[in-house]
Amino acid sequence: MQTPFPRNSLPPRAGVGLKPQHYAEILQTRPDLGFFEVHAENYMGAGGPPHRYLTAIREAYPLSLHGVGLSIGGPGRLDRDHLARLRSLIDRYAPGLFSEHLAWSSHGEGYLNDLLPLPYTDETLNGVCDHVDEVQEVLGRQMLLENPSTYLAFAESTWDEVDFIAEVARRTGCGLLLDVNNVQVTCTNQRRDPAVYLARFPLHAVGEIHLGGHATEADEAGHPLLIDSHDREVDDPVMRLNSSVIARTGPLPTLVEWDNDVPAWPVLLAEAQRAEAILTREARDAVLA
Amino acid sequence: MPFWPDRHAAFGAAALQPGGAMPPGLVDPDGNPSPRRFAVYRNNVLTGLANGLAEAYPIVRRLVGEAFFHAMALEFAANHPPTGPLMFDYGAAFPAFLTRFEPVQSLFYLPDVARLERAWLEAYHAADEDPVGADALSSAGAMDLGGMRLGLHGSLRLVRSAFPVVSIWRANSGEAEGAEIPDRPETALIGRPGAEVTLRPLPHGAAAWIGALQAGQTLAEAAEAALAADPQFDIAEGLAGLFRLGLVTGFRPEAA
Repeated sequence: MQTPFPRNSLPPRAGVGLKPQHYAEILQTRPDLGFFEVHAENYMGAGGPPHRYLTAIREAYPLSLHGVGLSIGGPGRLDRDHLARLRSLIDRYAPGLFSEHLAWSSHGEGYLNDLLPLPYTDETLNGVCDHVDEVQEVLGRQMLLENPSTYLAFAESTWDEVDFIAEVARRTGCGLLLDVNNVQVTCTNQRRDPAVYLARFPLHAVGEIHLGGHATEADEAGHPLLIDSHDREVDDPVMRLNSSVIARTGPLPTLVEWDNDVPAWPVLLAEAQRAEAILTREARDAVLA
Repeated sequence: MPFWPDRHAAFGAAALQPGGAMPPGLVDPDGNPSPRRFAVYRNNVLTGLANGLAEAYPIVRRLVGEAFFHAMALEFAANHPPTGPLMFDYGAAFPAFLTRFEPVQSLFYLPDVARLERAWLEAYHAADEDPVGADALSSAGAMDLGGMRLGLHGSLRLVRSAFPVVSIWRANSGEAEGAEIPDRPETALIGRPGAEVTLRPLPHGAAAWIGALQAGQTLAEAAEAALAADPQFDIAEGLAGLFRLGLVTGFRPEAA
């Protein structure tokens, strides 16, 4: 299905997740970056420094808005108040893209502040599609849906994850955010081949790439267990997977996420430049081809 | 029959239960339940909430130490998960929790320090408002000054304590590192008129005066309250100070 909503966009360059520790240095040094991305929920306060800095940075850079609190994968109704907050944030900052997760975080009246997994069945497929429809309806624009990191599988699942995601995109017209680190984490933890996962992924719908670092542990059987920790450099195998994706899609907006143990600004900037090099190489090869 | 609501409820409850059983229906690639894997989710949830609390209460954290704070925050998180997705607003119930949490009962000043930190955070995120200058008040010259009510900045908070909370805050926030802490009750004035949060001690009379103004009393009524608390209180100086801090956003005559 063709989306009835405009496809917004960012430049096909590298960007980084914006952290308060780096506000001042970014405004002083004006680094050459494609865009910044923020977690929408961090900018839902009434006023104060977060809005001051984001306004100043938005004046100088394209922006991507990334939601972490909508619970699109949950069984309940979407939080209407939260959707309205997203709508006003989008009106205020006019981001190039808005994305959310194939996950849930609300639990009854509570909120668990983590991206938790869902089973892949006809029942949850219908629920997720209804939620994505509602989001795009209320926001009046296309959203991107991000593939998850998972540590366990639901015994009841009847859909393969890639097929499930492709079907959501087909039915709702939403775009996709391909988190290549999540592919590596999920495939390792579910004992699947990330290259096969990516070969089947509907890359035509991908509007943005995410890259982040993960930790390596083991489960009780001694099998590797990767944790999506966003607390270090992007692993080399993930960078190589990303190169293979970009070779097929051409350059896409590519975000480096580093949310925990946030490093000094030059370290994060260097990570973004590593991701940018892949995009530059691909753009050059495309010209030469 | 939809099964997902039940699975979801069981998952959420288990994620908040340290050491509890893992929920049904979750398997590793061999089809076996794996508590170690489920523990990743539980740890992400509880540690994520505890880290959110640690960011909101840096002085309490410093006073009790990192390891103790983390254990205490996990206990709070398991019993008081957030009620919505705005994590910068998480932890309003933490000061009250500290008044009941047995292991910190000997640190009798701790809940008040937490109230101070919470007020600081609320001021940080409060709506932006433009202050008015003292000249606006004098240009209203002919009006009855005593009958005037001041509009105060929405970020303004008073935290009253029987303990030296401002001195404790300053000695642990880098503002007056290691300074000696006097043995006296203190009231804090907190506000964020521009980009920066202001936190300062208020003398007795000034605290009573601003508290009265905040409650919507006229300048004359507030002056009476201030002088009852401290006969030496200088109202002209107090007014000038409030304007100077940028915490007055308007005023209106009594009749209006």
